[in-house]
Amino acid sequence: MTKPKIAVWKFASCDGCQLTLLDCEDELLDIADSVEIAHFLEATRTTVEGPYDISLVEGSVTTAHDAERIQEIRAQSKTLITIGACATSGGIQALRNFADVKAFTSTVYAHPEYIKTLKTSTAIADHVDVDFELRGCPISKAQLLELLTATLAGRKPHVPRVSQCVECKLAGTVCVMVAKGELCLGPVTQAGCGNLCPSHGRGCYGCFGPMENTNIAALAAQLRTLGAETPEIKDLFLSYNAAAPDFSKGGQTP
Amino acid sequence: MLVDHFIADGWRVIGPRAANGAIVYEPLRSGADLPKGLIDDQQPGSYRLTDGNPNRWFDYVVGPQNWKKWLFPAKQKLWSAEKTTDGFTVTAHEESYPKTVLFGVRPCDLSAIEILDSVFDNGDFTDTAYRERRQKTFIVTVQCARAASTCFCTSMRTGPRAKRGFDLALTELGESRDNAFLVESGSPDGDNVLTALDCPAPEKQHHDAAEKATQNAINDQSCHMPDDIRHLLRDNPEHPQWDDVADRCLSCANCTLACPTCFCSDVEDINDLSGDHTERWRSWDSCFSGAFSYIHGGSVRRSTKSRYRQWMTHKLSSWHDQFGTSGCVGCGRCIAWCPVGIDITAEAAVFAKDEE
Ligand code: SF4
Ligand code: SF4
Ligand code: SF4
Ligand code: SF4
Repeated sequence: MTKPKIAVWKFASCDGCQLTLLDCEDELLDIADSVEIAHFLEATRTTVEGPYDISLVEGSVTTAHDAERIQEIRAQSKTLITIGACATSGGIQALRNFADVKAFTSTVYAHPEYIKTLKTSTAIADHVDVDFELRGCPISKAQLLELLTATLAGRKPHVPRVSQCVECKLAGTVCVMVAKGELCLGPVTQAGCGNLCPSHGRGCYGCFGPMENTNIAALAAQLRTLGAETPEIKDLFLSYNAAAPDFSKGGQTP
Repeated sequence: MLVDHFIADGWRVIGPRAANGAIVYEPLRSGADLPKGLIDDQQPGSYRLTDGNPNRWFDYVVGPQNWKKWLFPAKQKLWSAEKTTDGFTVTAHEESYPKTVLFGVRPCDLSAIEILDSVFDNGDFTDTAYRERRQKTFIVTVQCARAASTCFCTSMRTGPRAKRGFDLALTELGESRDNAFLVESGSPDGDNVLTALDCPAPEKQHHDAAEKATQNAINDQSCHMPDDIRHLLRDNPEHPQWDDVADRCLSCANCTLACPTCFCSDVEDINDLSGDHTERWRSWDSCFSGAFSYIHGGSVRRSTKSRYRQWMTHKLSSWHDQFGTSGCVGCGRCIAWCPVGIDITAEAAVFAKDEE
């Protein structure tokens, strides 16, 4: 059997998800002989021509050049997997979708005339077919390893689309919304982070994006009952996964 | 104190402690870990610990966790397998469950353990690991002298006073610093501990005070489950209330995972990157997830309406057909720990009212 060729691609992102991949070095070393890393600029400058068996894509599409490049990568990849909030929903930079990009560039850059960018930041799946989307800002190491293992073994990965509340209950975490009145997006957010915020006494920020079956209006109503005003509720939904359709809906809370 | 007696005798004692704003069930280092003087204010979607009578040991009632996490762990390894040159070998997972006292189990939760027994060790089907844990478990019940506003054991006939199922049962009597406890034994093991403790025999005044405590916990209860809920739910699968509750429900699964009788689990196989090592794990699952009813082609229960209906109807109606009892013991956890405060008794009341 020939070694599977794996490529890692970067679009608009902070590189955090690629760092999670690098953080798997111990586990990856074990299989270093049985796979070929064909393209992974964060780790090595050597690149191998396509086609690739597995492409991992980090980041969102924010320029016309990105939009072309992802077509090319798709054409060269047998399996295309997106990793992280940027690639799966457009990321924090998708806040531009709800604002005027020109106003941003002229505030942030000394020479905005050099900036060529699209009006929106969009998920990879808005441009090409994606075989699997791994959520998170950043992704979880455990889920990434499970995804790689499953993909190499030719089985479906075990990445449940249940709520963050399920992680709380399995870990025995006391619900911060019920016991403290904290604002929490957990009931509409997909599990996977390892119960980070609630286990430290804070509400969930929604890093893993919408879960499988959300009820945004009902949660927004409860956040209001807990004392949150409309701007605070909107801000809560409009963060790392602002452009995920369910969370955008929360951002329109009247 | 009793906790220290068990610890000195080599038992692991799991009991109530205050942590992160709630009563949780964790190993106790001594009787001093008990959350003396605290009470819980429980409302739909809300729980707060506050100061009560500082002399009282057990005025709080049930917390967010439940005892099933010790008898039926949230995640457990079942077996592992290794690749060999000519196939593979399978090794069953050996766990070490020490002899354990579950201390402070309320009557409703005692009924819940009885229900778990009928699910996991019922003659036709036995989960051997569960049975072994149960055999090594000694239960000390605390009879309730106060109820939260979410409690409804009276209408489920599971409390607030347990008559059987425990090894020992305590009723806290009086309000003063050196208040007495009525101790009852419910098993030969309980008799032995009672003999070892050498307590004075109770007198009529103690039994009367215990009776009063129970009456107090009955009087505290405002939630109620309609008597004929089993048939009301079975006969009304298309009732408009299912749509109404689906508008409010988040399908977050908190109610099922907080419930002391919900027993559903998922089984997954995990292999390592090399493919040489595989493990099978079992973890709590919930009928509120889409994957729960997944068969080829998709999930059977896609809507929140169908998931809530499945949960409530199983709990209160088809559980009778399956196991001969209700699946609800009236502990009120699903009411308090629902993030949006959906109250199963209030939902049930709508079905009862429309029947009149
Ligand atoms: S803390 Fe948040 S995520 Fe956890 S159970 Fe409560 S609402 Fe759900
Ligand atoms: S439901 Fe009854 S037995 Fe359970 S805690 Fe409340 S009063 Fe006690
Ligand atoms: S009833 Fe409440 S706890 Fe249960 S799934 Fe619905 S919102 Fe979550
Ligand atoms: S259905 Fe609710 S009240 Fe009944 S046993 Fe379960 S958690 Fe307790």
